[in-house]
Amino acid sequence: MELNLALFRFATTLYLIGTVAYLLYLFIPKKWVYRSASLTLLTGFILHTGSFTSRIRMAGFPPITNLHDALSFMAWAVIGIYLLILLKYKIRVSGAFISPLALVLMLSAYSLPKGMAPLLMPYIKSFWLPVHIILVFIGSGFFAIAFCVAIMYLIQEHQLKSKKIGKMYYSLPSLDVLDNINNRSLLWGFPLMTFGVIFGSVVSRQLRGSFIAWGTREIMTVTIWVLYAILLHGRIYSGWRGRKVATISIIAFIVLLIAFFGANIFYGKGLRFH
Amino acid sequence: MNIVVVGLSHKTAPVEVREKISFSSDKLPEALKTITSTSGISEGVILSTCNRVEVIAITSHIHEGIENLKKFMADFNNIPPKSIENHLYSHTSEEAIRHIFRVGSSLDSMVVGEPQILGQMKEAYQQALDHDFTGIILNKLYRKAFSVAKRVRTETNIASSAVSISYAAVELAKKIFGHLNDKRVMLIGAGEMCELAARHFINNGIKEILVANRTHERAVNLAAEINGRSVLFENIYLDLDEVDIILSSTGSPNYIINAEQVKEALTKRRNKPMFFIDIAVPRDMDPRINDIDNAYLYDIDDIQGVVDANKKEREKEAAAASLIIESEITQFHKWLKTLDVTPTIVSLREKLEQIRFCELEKLSAINNLSSVQMSAIEKATASMINKILHIPISNLKKMADTAEGDLYVDAVRKLYDID
Repeated sequence: MELNLALFRFATTLYLIGTVAYLLYLFIPKKWVYRSASLTLLTGFILHTGSFTSRIRMAGFPPITNLHDALSFMAWAVIGIYLLILLKYKIRVSGAFISPLALVLMLSAYSLPKGMAPLLMPYIKSFWLPVHIILVFIGSGFFAIAFCVAIMYLIQEHQLKSKKIGKMYYSLPSLDVLDNINNRSLLWGFPLMTFGVIFGSVVSRQLRGSFIAWGTREIMTVTIWVLYAILLHGRIYSGWRGRKVATISIIAFIVLLIAFFGANIFYGKGLRFH
Repeated sequence: MNIVVVGLSHKTAPVEVREKISFSSDKLPEALKTITSTSGISEGVILSTCNRVEVIAITSHIHEGIENLKKFMADFNNIPPKSIENHLYSHTSEEAIRHIFRVGSSLDSMVVGEPQILGQMKEAYQQALDHDFTGIILNKLYRKAFSVAKRVRTETNIASSAVSISYAAVELAKKIFGHLNDKRVMLIGAGEMCELAARHFINNGIKEILVANRTHERAVNLAAEINGRSVLFENIYLDLDEVDIILSSTGSPNYIINAEQVKEALTKRRNKPMFFIDIAVPRDMDPRINDIDNAYLYDIDDIQGVVDANKKEREKEAAAASLIIESEITQFHKWLKTLDVTPTIVSLREKLEQIRFCELEKLSAINNLSSVQMSAIEKATASMINKILHIPISNLKKMADTAEGDLYVDAVRKLYDID
């Protein structure tokens, strides 16, 4: 087997083990469970990074040209951002919410053909294409984090409002912290996504001569961008916060996922960007 | 040497009995002296709190020791032994170690997980130590009990949730706001309950406390006492959007704060969350406030519900704590048992060393050996003795932990004619 695929498989397995351990941590809140989960996930992330590096060296460019690589890259971004958040906030229970999402992305990637589309290679010469793709997916990674944190927020908010104190009440952090991470994730994700979309139109111009071709995918992209723009605007200028923001973060990300999978499964024969 | 505990607690004796038995701290040295001068008893500690009075001692005869301690507890308090007989419990050896570890870790407390008992236990031990009534066993036992208690506190969540109304309110506030450093609290009503909660909030680093009361003078007094700022009762609505936590306990028959006022305040503060704690009966705050986004209202029953949930959580954590304690008991018991064989091991070693020394003396007297040769012989014989003793000593230590431990010690003493 090729090195990059072996590393990818290994990373997927470690993400799987890490996710199971994080979920276990919800029921057995022991430090060692959390530690082994985090360590497993970190090791998986390093191997995953290795897999990408090897794939880039093989292709000579960031090979995010098919659904497999796109999903894998997004999972990588989600885990990477999660690990960074862990450094700052040390919310042990958050792994149980974020790692399953990354795992689903990773397993989807796992089940897809992993060959690099050779037909597309001539187009890849554009410098802006990889930049566009990377920005869009790291932006989506931040939105994914905002989504997971929003779920945590709604659970904790429900417990505080209904006064039904469950096990999660003790392990979940305060509403303020969750709202704060959601806010920051949006503040990071949105500019990345915006620049990603702009560079996407640059690529479109290079390839097709026009900045935007009004296909379903483009409309979806613009819809998602507008959704997040409204959300962020509401947050900054209209004092939206708490449950409202959490709910919109969840809806917006679900739309993003539908658009992403939908566009690739129903329309694209592999590639979203062409 | 055996560890015994004799005592009574809230679990075995009603307050009418508990109040008759006590050892105030000025009488402790005298009491400890009485215990340790009793025959067969070598070390002692007395723990005396309002929920628990216990004597912990090291005795050479278990049964006699327990009887002596029971009699002492009654005699010292000038009451007939019969009157407390049924309320006293006694624990020996492993059971006694378990008891002390559990008490120190607050598993035996009225409210499981409350940490006061550990402080009281430390004090009781310190007093006994200062007056030289403890020895090698109790010193080690208590130090172990303290470290076990620490393990329980850090490795389980036994003490992490609040079990009083006022502290539960602070904890809920933390679950909403995270930290409280930049938060303002407004007290409406200057009653005792408000004051208690206010102090909890102050201890948790609140930024400012505002006090309002229908009789303004009382607000001014309380504000001065807790270093807060008094507000005219009529003005509380003006300041509503400036405060994050509102705690109310007035005698008002009507709602003091209604949902519309809260909505307005939230708009003014751009939906920054607000936490309302209503401990008044009849209630001071409109229950519909809780339906507003970013406003959280808890009345007295709601907080009691949280307290009850916390107590249940503590009971669950107690099970995890028991596991920690069990593992520590085994270790400590092992050490205690090796203590029984230590004198025998020392004597055995001395005996063999003596033989070796005699033989070396003879050897150097008869032969004309060089110092190099002599030291080689010395080394060889020393190593021989170590090797001969190694297996029986480690077996003796191993057997010390079993029921036949004493038998082995006796056999060794008889075989080698030690004593």
